[in-house]
Amino acid sequence: MDMTLRSLRFRREREASWHELEGLLDRAERSAVSRLSDDELLAIPALYRAALSSLSVARSTSLDQALVEYLEALSARAYFFVYGSRTSFKERMQRFFAHDWPAAVKNIWRETLVAALITFAGAIAAYMLVMADPDWYDAFVSGEMAGGRDPSASAEYLKSTIYGDSDASEALGVFATSLFTNNAQVALFAFALGFAFCLPTSLLLAYNGCVLGAMFAVFASKNLGFEFAGWILIHGVTELLAIIIAGGAGLRIGWSIAFPGDLSRLAAAERSGREGAVIILGVVIMLFIAGLLEGFGRQLINSDTVRYTIATATAFIWAVYFYRGDRRGLARV
Amino acid sequence: MASLAFDQADRAVRALVTPEGVDLRVRLAAVSERGIALVIDLTIIMGSLLLLTLAAGSLLATFDLENVPLAQIIWMLGFFVLRNFYFTLFECSRRSATPGKRLMGLRVVARDGAALSADAVIARNAMRELELYIPLIVLFSRGEGIEAWILLAGIVWCGIFVLFPLFNRDRLRAGDLIAGTWVLKAPKQKMLPDLTTEKPAEAAFAFTTAHLDAYGVKELQVLEQVLRMSEPTAMEAVATQIRTKIGWTARAHEADKDFLSAYYAALRRRLEQRLLLGVRKKDKHDTI
Repeated sequence: MDMTLRSLRFRREREASWHELEGLLDRAERSAVSRLSDDELLAIPALYRAALSSLSVARSTSLDQALVEYLEALSARAYFFVYGSRTSFKERMQRFFAHDWPAAVKNIWRETLVAALITFAGAIAAYMLVMADPDWYDAFVSGEMAGGRDPSASAEYLKSTIYGDSDASEALGVFATSLFTNNAQVALFAFALGFAFCLPTSLLLAYNGCVLGAMFAVFASKNLGFEFAGWILIHGVTELLAIIIAGGAGLRIGWSIAFPGDLSRLAAAERSGREGAVIILGVVIMLFIAGLLEGFGRQLINSDTVRYTIATATAFIWAVYFYRGDRRGLARV
Repeated sequence: MASLAFDQADRAVRALVTPEGVDLRVRLAAVSERGIALVIDLTIIMGSLLLLTLAAGSLLATFDLENVPLAQIIWMLGFFVLRNFYFTLFECSRRSATPGKRLMGLRVVARDGAALSADAVIARNAMRELELYIPLIVLFSRGEGIEAWILLAGIVWCGIFVLFPLFNRDRLRAGDLIAGTWVLKAPKQKMLPDLTTEKPAEAAFAFTTAHLDAYGVKELQVLEQVLRMSEPTAMEAVATQIRTKIGWTARAHEADKDFLSAYYAALRRRLEQRLLLGVRKKDKHDTI
C-alpha cells in the first residue's frame, strides 16, 4: 500500500511549476540585471494561474500550513507582477508632459483662481499697511530674509540689490539652489496642508502674498516700483504661478474632504490626492526652472526691458501650455 | 466550509480577491516594520549624501578649487532631491518598495487591488513632507525663539500626523489615505519540506482511530510549528502532553521527535481523509 499522503502527492506533482514561477519572478524583479525572454514573460501569467488553482486546492485539502503559506506568498507576488504597474516610468513621463500635467492644472482652475486671489489680497493688504506705517514691515519680512532691504534703506542701496554686480556671481550657485529648495518646500507645504480643510493653505498663500506686498511697498516708496517688479517678475511669473497652483491643489484636497459630495470622504480625498500628485510633480519642475531664472538670469541680466520680455514670454508660454483649448485629441497619447 | 476554518481573529489579514476569484488573504505591515524600513531608508539617503560630499570635496581639492561652495549645494539640493525622489522612484519600480521596505519584506499596494499608479506613489510621498520633515524641524528647532503656545500647537499638529498610523484599522499614514494605498507584507517565502517525508516509519507507531480523534486541525498546526522549530524542551513537553491525553505508553528508547513526527503524519492523514469527506475537525473541542 502506498503510504504517501494524498496532499504530499499533490505537492510533488505540482511543485516543479511553482519553483519555475518563483525563479522567473526572482529574475523579473531584478529586471536591470537579466531580462526575460518573450517566452518566459508569457509563461508567467499561465504559471500564476496554475499557482492560484494549487492554492485553492491546497486550502481545501491540505493541512500542511507551511505549504499553504508558501502558495499564498507566491501567488501574491505573481499577482502583483501580473496585475501591477505596467507602464514604465519613461512612458509615464511622456504622458505626463503631453497630457496629464496641463489637463490636471486646467481642471483645478477655480481653486487656482481662489489661491491667486488670496495671494493678491495678502499682497495688497501688506502693501497698504506698510505704506501707511513702515513699522508693519518687520511683521511680514524677517530681518534675515530682508537682507537690509527695509524701509530705512537708502534708494541707492535698494537699487544695488536689484541690479546685481558680477562680484556676487560666485555665490550664485548656492543662492539659486537655496531658492529652489525653499520654494519647492513652500509649494509642497501648500499642497500637503490642504489636507486640514484648506485653512493652513490659505494662510500660507496669504502670507506669501504679504511678503511680496511689503517688499514692493519699500521699493515703491523710493520710486523703484517698476524696477522692482521687473526684478521679481523675471522668475516670479513662474514661481508665483507654481506656488499658487500648488495652493490650488491643496485647496482642492481640503475642499473635497470637507464637502465630499456623493463620494465617501475617503474616496474623495483619494481622488483629489491623485490629481494633486500630478500637479505637485509639475510644480516642482516649474520651481526648478524658476530657480534657474532667479539665480542666474536675474543676477546676470540687468536691463529692465529684457527682464520684462522674459517675464511676458514665460507668462505666455505657461498660459498656452496649461489653458489652451480642447485637448481631447491628446488624451490617448 | 473551508473559509470558516481560516483564523478570523487575525486582525492584520485583509481580503484581496484576484480577478480569478481567489482570495489572497494579504497581511498588513506592522507599524514597527514600517518604522524600521524608514530608518533604513533615511540612513541610506544620509550615507549617500555623505559619500557624495566626500567625493566632491576630494575632487575639488585635486583641482585646487576649494573656494567653490559645493558642499552646500550638494546638501541643499541633494537632500531635497533624494528625500523626494528616492521614495518615489523606488516605489514606482517593479517591487513597489524602497530598499528599506524590501529588506523588511514590505511593498506598497493600491487599496483597491488595481495597479499601483505613479500618481499614487507621488501623492503618498508628497505628504511625507508634512508627516516626517515638519516634525523633524520642530524637533531640532528646540523651541528657540518660538512662543510656547505656537510650539505646543506644533507638537500637537505633528503628533496627529506621526501617530496617524496607530489610530486607524488599516494602519494608513496620511499619505496612504490621500493616495489610496496601503503597505502590505510581501515576503519571499522559501518552500519548507513536507514533514511527513522525514518520517521514521510511521507504521512502527500503530495509532488507533481513537488515538487520532483526540485532536483537530488547530492542534495539528501547533504540532507542525513545534516540529519545524525542533526545540528539544518544547518537543519533550508537547510529547508528554500528547502521550497523557491519548493514553500512550512510551516504549523503551522512544525518541520524542520520532513519536511526534509519527503522530503528526498519522493525524494529518486522518484529518485530511475526513476533509475529503467534507468534515473539518477544527480543534480538540470539535465533536464531529
